[in-house]
Amino acid sequence: MLKRIVSLAIIASFSAGAVFAAGAGAKNKTQDWHFEGMSGTYDKAAAQRGFQVYQEVCAACHSLKYVAFYNLGDKGAPFYDPEYPNPNDNPVIKAIAKMFTIIDGPDESGEMFERPGITADKLPNPYANEMAAKASNMGALPPDLSLMTRARADGSNYLYSLLTGYEDPPEGMKLSPGMSYNPYFSGGNQIAMGNPLSEGRVEYTDGTEASVDQMAKDVVEFLTWAADPKMEQRKRTGWVVLIYLFLLALLLYGSYRAVWRDVKH
Amino acid sequence: MSGQSNYNPKTGIEKWLDARLPIIRLGVDTMIFPSPRNLNYWWTFGAILAVMLVSQLITGIILAMHYVPHPDMAFDSVQHINRNINWGWMLQPMHAVGASMMFLAVYIHMFRGIYYGSAKNPREMIWIVGMVIYLLMMATGFMGYVLPWGQMSIWGAIVITNLFSAIPPEAAGTAVTQWLWGGFAVDGPTLNRFFSLHYLLPFLIVGMVILHIWALHIPSNNNPTGISIKTKADTLNFHPYYTVKDAFAIVVFLMIFSYFLFFKPDSMGHPDNFIPANPYSTPAHIVPEWYYLPFYAILRAVPDKLMGVVAMFASIGVLFALPWLDTSKVRSMRYRPLAKQFFFLFVLVCLGLGWAGAKLPSDLVFATGVDADGHEVGLTFVWMSRILTIYYFAFFLVILPILGLVEKPKPRPASIEASVLGTDKGDN
Repeated sequence: MLKRIVSLAIIASFSAGAVFAAGAGAKNKTQDWHFEGMSGTYDKAAAQRGFQVYQEVCAACHSLKYVAFYNLGDKGAPFYDPEYPNPNDNPVIKAIAKMFTIIDGPDESGEMFERPGITADKLPNPYANEMAAKASNMGALPPDLSLMTRARADGSNYLYSLLTGYEDPPEGMKLSPGMSYNPYFSGGNQIAMGNPLSEGRVEYTDGTEASVDQMAKDVVEFLTWAADPKMEQRKRTGWVVLIYLFLLALLLYGSYRAVWRDVKH
Repeated sequence: MSGQSNYNPKTGIEKWLDARLPIIRLGVDTMIFPSPRNLNYWWTFGAILAVMLVSQLITGIILAMHYVPHPDMAFDSVQHINRNINWGWMLQPMHAVGASMMFLAVYIHMFRGIYYGSAKNPREMIWIVGMVIYLLMMATGFMGYVLPWGQMSIWGAIVITNLFSAIPPEAAGTAVTQWLWGGFAVDGPTLNRFFSLHYLLPFLIVGMVILHIWALHIPSNNNPTGISIKTKADTLNFHPYYTVKDAFAIVVFLMIFSYFLFFKPDSMGHPDNFIPANPYSTPAHIVPEWYYLPFYAILRAVPDKLMGVVAMFASIGVLFALPWLDTSKVRSMRYRPLAKQFFFLFVLVCLGLGWAGAKLPSDLVFATGVDADGHEVGLTFVWMSRILTIYYFAFFLVILPILGLVEKPKPRPASIEASVLGTDKGDN
């Protein structure tokens, strides 16, 4: 009987999964991610490198509006340091925040002013507003990346495929002005974003060789964290809950057998 | 089963209270009442649903403390809950995944009711109240899905509210649609009223659940044999026998729930709902949540918009008439060899409609060849939906009424007690 209940649940999840199968573009390249599976965690070193890629490449056009600097030092985050349970005290986080210029205000005279970032700030938007962003990108709006890996089916593999998937258009295909060819793009195979990554585009502080593949993997690791920052905490809690419920189920099954022991049913 | 009370107040304070407000008596008589002794695990889903309803209420009330029903802030506030609120990362998915789990449980509960004839005399009112609960759940779930104000939220709301515009303008179709929207499109006022109603309807569900359980206490539970309770030997008290069995089933169900909640929280939703609502950009493929898919398939199976809407509402409406459509004198399909087969086919048809609802109508189920332009041709999902829709309605309107008159049922045990003591084979 229980098997049947479980299989019904599985059927339900499959039928839900079938919903997402729709979408344009080539089939994603699949990677073995560190964060996959029931005990998967983020690869902190990769996510730190990924932050560097975001900061030096993506951040020129893409915001990350739901992430504050202190989030980078939270538990389960790329720069978490157990010595600083309060990420606002973490010198690495403070140093990162300071590198950014924040527009604050208005001050007493009603003027906006610039100041270095503090840990409580959100990562700043590269553009003043949506229209400014479109004006700088030939009418295309670079989307916010905070939830990108969850806003696309199979998002992490999708993003990795997209970033490593730029190629020359097939013969005879005429690209619209300013567009690049990418068979993995979910909105067709012409994408307004030019190929952002090239060999050695960043110089990794940890000495890792910055191949396109490496940078793509690292930035996906970082952006997957940004989209699901509580994943490690969630999975850890999940294990505790499942073990607790399993023991409780054993106990209740025993009680059930005890209560019903003299009753034929 | 009704009329007698199992409560004897012993202490002075209990007697004092019982004479003024017999609330302990109400509780005792609700829990200690005779239930058939042969209920199987399919009968645990009522208790599972009660637990899920409470879980939805508690998580929902907490979420409402942090959620902002405004088109510019709703999406951000859900992210705020997930990222910054204590335990918000658990409460928000618990509410969203919980809705899916509740529908899973209610569908099993309803299929069980159809199979064992629980809707039939003398339990028609339990079934009808249950159907009202189901309708309220559908409305609540739909409006709840709109609240995060992602792309599927707004476009789902646009598609569903536009169903009412299928009513001709002369018959106030436009007026009703605009009244629902609170304007001329799905926008801020729509979101705000959906939030208000999403908070209201669950309490109506609680009220209906009380009626559902009250009505259940008049004839007591149906049971796998479908035979009425005749003597005390047919029964066991609900507490402790079924409280402990239900508790075990609830915990097993919670394990399945927890697996999805903690390890696959996005699997029941749609990635497009992580994109903020944009009324100027239509998603490539608008789909409702999985638990509405069979009805969505029925809607799209009919070429005419108004008739499609009529068919969709009729597919739920026909369920209200089930107690009278199933004409067989025998309640349980365990003793109805033909009805049993038609029932299992009906379950498959519902799953098939769900599958079709998730696909584009023009997608192919399977290809049979290639046409002159080199495009594959074959059975499309819209045609599959049409075939399955016909069976869906035929099951209620033709098969069940006729079968009850022509089918020769297998012999039934003399009593529940006799079936338990092994004069016939039980499946428990």
